[in-house]
This record gives sequence, C-alpha cells and structure tokens, in this order.
Amino acid sequence: MATGTATLDVVPVTEARASWGDALRAVRVVWKRELIRWSRNRTRILTTLVQPVLFLFVLGSGLASLLPRQGGGLDFRTFMFPGVLAMVVLFTSIFSAVSIVWDREFGFMREMMVAPVPRSALVIGKCLGGATVATIQGTILLSLAGLVHVPYNPLLIVTLLAEMALTAFTLTSFGVFAASRMQQVESFQVVMQLFVFPMFFLSGAVFPLTDLPRWLDVLTKIDPLTYAVDAIRRAILSHVALGPGSSNLAHPLTWGHWALPTGFELGIVAVVGLALIGGAIAQFSRAE
Amino acid sequence: MIASRIDEALPSLEADGGARPAIEARDLRKRFGDFEAVRGVTFDVMPGETFGFLGPNGAGKSTTISMLCTLLKPSGGTALVAGHDVVAARAEVRRRIGLVFQDTTLDDYLTAAENLSFHAELYGVPKHLARQRLQQVLEMVGLWDRRDSITRTFSGGMKRRLEIARGLLHSPRVLFLDEPTVGLDPQTRLHIWTYINELKRREQITMFLTTHYMEEAEYCDRLAIMDNGVIVVTGTPEELKAGIGKDRVELRTDDDELARRRLKEVFGIEAAGGDGVVFQVEHGEEFIPRLFASLGVGIRSVSVARPTLDDVFMEHTGRTIRDAESSGSGIRNNPFVRAQAGRR
Repeated sequence: MATGTATLDVVPVTEARASWGDALRAVRVVWKRELIRWSRNRTRILTTLVQPVLFLFVLGSGLASLLPRQGGGLDFRTFMFPGVLAMVVLFTSIFSAVSIVWDREFGFMREMMVAPVPRSALVIGKCLGGATVATIQGTILLSLAGLVHVPYNPLLIVTLLAEMALTAFTLTSFGVFAASRMQQVESFQVVMQLFVFPMFFLSGAVFPLTDLPRWLDVLTKIDPLTYAVDAIRRAILSHVALGPGSSNLAHPLTWGHWALPTGFELGIVAVVGLALIGGAIAQFSRAE
Repeated sequence: MIASRIDEALPSLEADGGARPAIEARDLRKRFGDFEAVRGVTFDVMPGETFGFLGPNGAGKSTTISMLCTLLKPSGGTALVAGHDVVAARAEVRRRIGLVFQDTTLDDYLTAAENLSFHAELYGVPKHLARQRLQQVLEMVGLWDRRDSITRTFSGGMKRRLEIARGLLHSPRVLFLDEPTVGLDPQTRLHIWTYINELKRREQITMFLTTHYMEEAEYCDRLAIMDNGVIVVTGTPEELKAGIGKDRVELRTDDDELARRRLKEVFGIEAAGGDGVVFQVEHGEEFIPRLFASLGVGIRSVSVARPTLDDVFMEHTGRTIRDAESSGSGIRNNPFVRAQAGRR
C-alpha cells in the first residue's frame, strides 16, 4: 500500500492524518512567538517587576510597622511574598493575553486565523506562551526570596514553580477569554479595572483573609486567585520557622471550619483555567 | 492511513493537472443585512494566469476575494479554488493559497525572517525546505539583507514586499493580492509591480488581484471590471480597449455646464461630470473640427487620447472610476461590514 505515494511530488496533507501534527506545530509556533516578543521587550520585563517590589518592600515594610512585634513571629513581608508572586504572575499573564486585542488591531490576527490549523491550537499556544512568560517573571521575583527570609530550598522552589505555572495558565486563559470578546483596545482598561484589580485585592495577597466582614469574606472566596495565593503561601510557610505569635498571618484558608487542602485549592485553579480556555476556544472557533 | 492519503492525493492531482481552472466562481453572492455587496459573479481563472479585478472602492472586489480566500462565507453560489470548494473544504483551500491583504498583517516585534518562519511553521513547510525557500522569497523581493531587522523599522513598501514574500513562502498555487499597492507612493508601487512581474516569470503561480488603479490593471493577463457588486465585462486589457473603438476627448471650456448641455443637444453625446468635460467619440481627431464649429462655448484646450481602461470602465458603467469612488456607495465605509471584517 505504501508504494505509489512516494512518487508524488506534492502530497497534499490530509486533514484526518495530519491534524495532530498541524495542531502541535501551531501550538509550538504561537508559544515561541510569545517568548520572542517577551524577550524583545526589556522595559516590559523590568516594569512588571517594579510594582511587586514596591509592594513588597515599601508597602510591606510600612504595614509591618503597624503590626505588634511578636518575638519569633512571621515577618509581614514573608507573609506578603506569595501575594507579590501572584501579583507578577497575574499582571504578566493578563498583559500577554490581551496582546490578542493588539494583534487584531494591527492585523496579525488575520495571519493566524487564515492558516490551515485548528483555532484551538492557536488559543492553546497563546495560553501556554503567556503562562510561560508569566512563570519566568515570577521566577525572577522568586530570586529575591532570601531578602524576606524564605529559604532557597530546592523542593520549595520546584513546588512554587509548578504552582506559579498553573496559576499563570489559568490567568492567561482568563485574559484570552476576555480578549476574545473584546473588539477594541480600550476595553483592556475595563478588564483591568473591573476584574484584574479586584481579583488581586480580594485574593489575600496583601492582607490575611481571617476575621473579615461577611460580604468581603464571600467575595474573597469567589475569587479564584485566592486559592492560588493560599496554595503558594502554604508551600512557603511550611519551609519557614514559625513562632507562636504569628498564627493570625499563618491561618490556612477555610470554607466554614474546613481548612482546604492545598491539592484541592490547586484543583479549583485548574478547573477554572480549563473552563476559561474552553470558553476562549469556543469564542475563537465561532468567529468564522 | 496510507490508503486515505492516496485517496486524497488523486483527486487534487487531477485538479492541479492544468486543464481545470485554478479558480471557478459560479454566481457567487454576499449579502450583509440589507446590502448585497456581491450580486452573483461568475468567472474562471486559468492556471498560470494573472487575473485582475478592477473597480472603484466599494465595487465588491474585496468581498469577492474574501470569499475566495475562505474568510467570508458566501450567501449564495459556489467557488472552487485550486480544485477545492471554499466552503466545504476550507482547510484544503487555505493550504493552497497565499494572501497579501490591504492592511499589513506582520508582527512588528519580529524580524523579517521570524515573521516568515512563523508562517512556514503554521503552513507546515518542512524544515529543510523552509530555510531554502525563505532565502529564495526574500531574495526575490530584495529583502534578504534585511532578514534580521525588526519589521517595525521597515517602510511601507518594504513591509508590503515582505508580505508578498510571505504569501509565497509555502508555494501556494494561487496568490491573492488585495490591492497590493494601495497606500504606497508611485515609485514604490512601480517597485512592487516589478516584483510581481518577476514572480510571474519565476514561479508557477496563478495570481488573483484587485486594484482600483487603472494603470496597474494593464499588468494583468485578463481583467474583470466590477461595479456595484457585478462584473460588467471581462477580457484581456487589449480586448477591452479595442472593444470600445472610441477615443477619449477631454475639454476645458469657459462654461463646462453649458458645454455638456450643448454636446447633448448638438451631438447627442453624454459627457461625464467632474473636472472638465470628458466624453468618448469615434474618430476623435475628425470630430474636433465639428466640435469647434458647433459647440458655441469657448474652448480653452482639447485633448484626444486612445482608449484607456478608464474609458472601458466609463463605457460600461457610465462613470469614471473617480466619480464612482466619490459617490461613495463604499462597502468599505459601511460600519457593519468593517466590523465584520475585523472579526475574522
């Protein structure tokens, strides 16, 4: 059966046979583009790191002075460190994702949309690319761990990288989903104000989520980023020696009286991410 | 798996055999709400031909090209491109066509070579072929030396050339060029055409292009003149011009309005409006003395010219292409259509 095909000059790639190869190639090339674009933009790499550093060392140090000094207690900056890791991942992910709106504005989207590859591959490549970039940015910030008393323990670092990658994937998927419904660049501001900032402030990144008023408590539990921040914080705190007085900052996240296991929290993040990327794929496949 | 490969390969080999047209459009239509942008166009483009759609902005050229490129779904009719149906076998069509759009679709942050590599991978050009082909197409458009420059630094003409190179990278059977020179200065336009003509010589390719520049239409092997969503006439540029058999006369007079009225009263000639008085008449040189004798309006200057494609357009639509554009039935200006296009 194999004979005869070899002599054909141009063998058209049939869809049934080649769709997986096509799709994987498309995922890879879109992913690669995201990394190239990121590496070209040095100012962006720096500026997305400035804000978390400000939060950590200026806001963090300021707030730390409000708290009563507790012998052997948790440094407030150590408490905030997971929050700023989530912050850099959040802003980098969203920024990568909404570049889709610019792609549409400047026409490059058309180059991708007319290619003989499944739309889903383009969306997945975009999400993985944005997630990779965000994880790298998070890793750069992670190198400052020692300054806030977080040890450079290999197991901890691997755990944090994995958690940041998952968080980045979910957030990029959210951004791509939002961008798929946006027609203008201006809508980006709306998404930032309406979703991204609330998501950040409600996540427990900058204050502990214990003893909150009821309405605020409910809002924080709706925020998917809350679960990511808590999972990252659990990982870090398990490697930091805790004194007796630090309990308020070190409380795990609870539903009622149930302290959520880290695996469950990460599960929530993953499910939300998959739902969002599914939505984004549906959006892009429809716009035909 | 292999069997399906053979099954797939055979019909398209047949389609590429040369006998069948590269593009077959049959009563193709597109409606946007109440507005019918393309009202049933039928034509064939043979393999190796350079076929041009000529018409004013808003005539339906871009809409037609979008349907042939599978970017817009026709509301009626059928079209086969490279032997495949543009609706039923969209992916097959896409693999076999190259596109150069009116607006640039390059990534400004990537280098010229990176933009092309991205394209090669999306279209599944095998790695070893891709490198060789990349050099080939970049040399053809004179950008090989600039391959590692970021495209943001390119001029408009260079970007367009890079897009043409990219459109060719995966060796498509049909290259679609939607207004390839729009927005470029005359010198750059000439440059682009030098490359396109070179392409005709070097590649076995069918080209389908749209333009609203008369002088560019002359480069096509065959033309279809389009107005208001229909093809008014098809033929080679020579045939079309010969078909008129009339000369173009352009007058400057003391009173253009009166001159037009007199032309109608005395000679029964309808002159087009706009700048000066323009009309067509057989044996132009012989007509001029009669004109001077009977017009009764001061004539400042007269020019008589052999028919151009603009005259062909005027002959078939009753308007000059510039008038047709300024009257602005433009689909391009239709906000609904614009939004549609943006979504693709």
